[in-house]
Amino acid sequence: MIEMFDVWKTYPNGTNALKGINIRIEKGEFVYVVGPSGAGKSTFIKLMYREEKPTKGQIFLGGFNVSRIKERQIPLVRRSIGVVFQDFKLLPTLTVFENVAFAMEVIESNPKQIKPRVMDVLGLVKLKHKAKMLPSELSGGEQQRVALARALVNSPGIIIADEPTGNLDPETSWEIMKLFEEINQRGTTVVMATHNREIVNTMRKRVIAIEAGQIARDEQRGDYGYED
Amino acid sequence: MMSREGITVMKIRTLGRHVREGVKNLNRNGWMSFASVSAVTFTLFILGVFLILAMNVNYFAKSVEKQVEIRVFMADLTSKEDLQKFEQSVRNMPTVESVEFISKDEGLKQFKESMGDKAYLFDGLEKGNPLPDSFVVKTKLPQDTPAVANQIKQMKSVRSLNYGEGTVEKLFAATDTVRNVGIAFIIGLGFTAMFLIANTIKLTIVARRREIEIMKLVGATNWFIRWPFFVEGLLMGVTGALIPIILLAVGYYYLLDAIHSSFEASQLFNLLPLFPLVYQVALALLAIGAFIGIWGSLVSVRRFLRV
Repeated sequence: MIEMFDVWKTYPNGTNALKGINIRIEKGEFVYVVGPSGAGKSTFIKLMYREEKPTKGQIFLGGFNVSRIKERQIPLVRRSIGVVFQDFKLLPTLTVFENVAFAMEVIESNPKQIKPRVMDVLGLVKLKHKAKMLPSELSGGEQQRVALARALVNSPGIIIADEPTGNLDPETSWEIMKLFEEINQRGTTVVMATHNREIVNTMRKRVIAIEAGQIARDEQRGDYGYED
Repeated sequence: MMSREGITVMKIRTLGRHVREGVKNLNRNGWMSFASVSAVTFTLFILGVFLILAMNVNYFAKSVEKQVEIRVFMADLTSKEDLQKFEQSVRNMPTVESVEFISKDEGLKQFKESMGDKAYLFDGLEKGNPLPDSFVVKTKLPQDTPAVANQIKQMKSVRSLNYGEGTVEKLFAATDTVRNVGIAFIIGLGFTAMFLIANTIKLTIVARRREIEIMKLVGATNWFIRWPFFVEGLLMGVTGALIPIILLAVGYYYLLDAIHSSFEASQLFNLLPLFPLVYQVALALLAIGAFIGIWGSLVSVRRFLRV
């Protein structure tokens, strides 16, 4: 569960990115975050995995008060969240398998559990057969699937995605969206910032629209609502 | 909950990973690592030369200082009792190390010996020895010599005394200067090496920026991220120290050898023996190398951990 109470974010240059956000996202929900560029979507997403700290207000996420935690506890919060980006953020010198295993190694998982678990999630994103390839040998959609596998490998309760289909063609985007849907149906909360109108309007979910740093709209099974 | 044993096993395994990653970093950025080890080698070599120089200057200064003594000449016809009284009161001064009595006859003998083959010119002086009785006074700290000399001068039965007034003060000033300049140089060079290592590690960190970003995002702790760089810095610092240690040890060995094989040189230069000097310098360079390596790595990583 994610909750925000009167969250404000002012950047050092004086920009008011968020102005009093109140939100509650239940466990297992699938939420699109939409809105014009520069309206505060990215800030909203970054506050959840504590890349940014709110200027004012409280954020609760999976039992942590993210707005109040100590620096030392940030890793613990991050372990309960999987993050997926528009640019995949894969390590180019590591194979598909190693990229996914990396996320387990750096949180000091038991090495005996790493291989079976990595092969498990690679099976989920249907890339088992490309485990030994380098990211450069894969298509964009396949790379995003590796990134998704990496986000999932530590079994987080929440997946946060920042424009995951932004760099992909429509057909590949749908493949990725089906995977998100599948993951969500297994009980993982999904919060996705997106500009993809077709997807939002077709795969109907809760839509939170952020405009000028405030929540302009919050509808179950909403539509995208903007002309591109 | 994890068992106690589980945690210990994990830590040893993790340590292995950090060392592997640290070594991998060194290889991955081979030329950069080479450049920075070379920089450390160069700096520590110069530092080592200065260290050896400073230690020898210190040694020389100490031995010169040790030779500083006060020669006190007593008034003629001073009674034995007064001589004893004088010796006792000088011996009782807290800054005085030793007092040695040299009688008139002894003084003449020493004087003749110092004249070498011209000693015959003074034959016969034994009858009416013109030399006074004298004392040689040494202080515990050479720097106290002028003060002690002044005190003795006021005492009864003293005719005159000599401790190289003026020269001694200049010598002390000179050895102090050499010592201070050496220390200043060593500190300056040490800092230069530190910044070089810090800079190299910063470059390797920039090369691994994405990796660190991902590590942070999936919840690696700061120390987990820091360790490989710590190992990398330590290895660079220690490797950088090993080469100058070997060069300096071999070089100093040959220097001593060359000096001892020439009579004039061995009279002129009284250098510290190879051991324990080499151990001391090696230890100092290793410690400084390790310290600047670790310091450099931690300073560089700190900036990048604020994701």
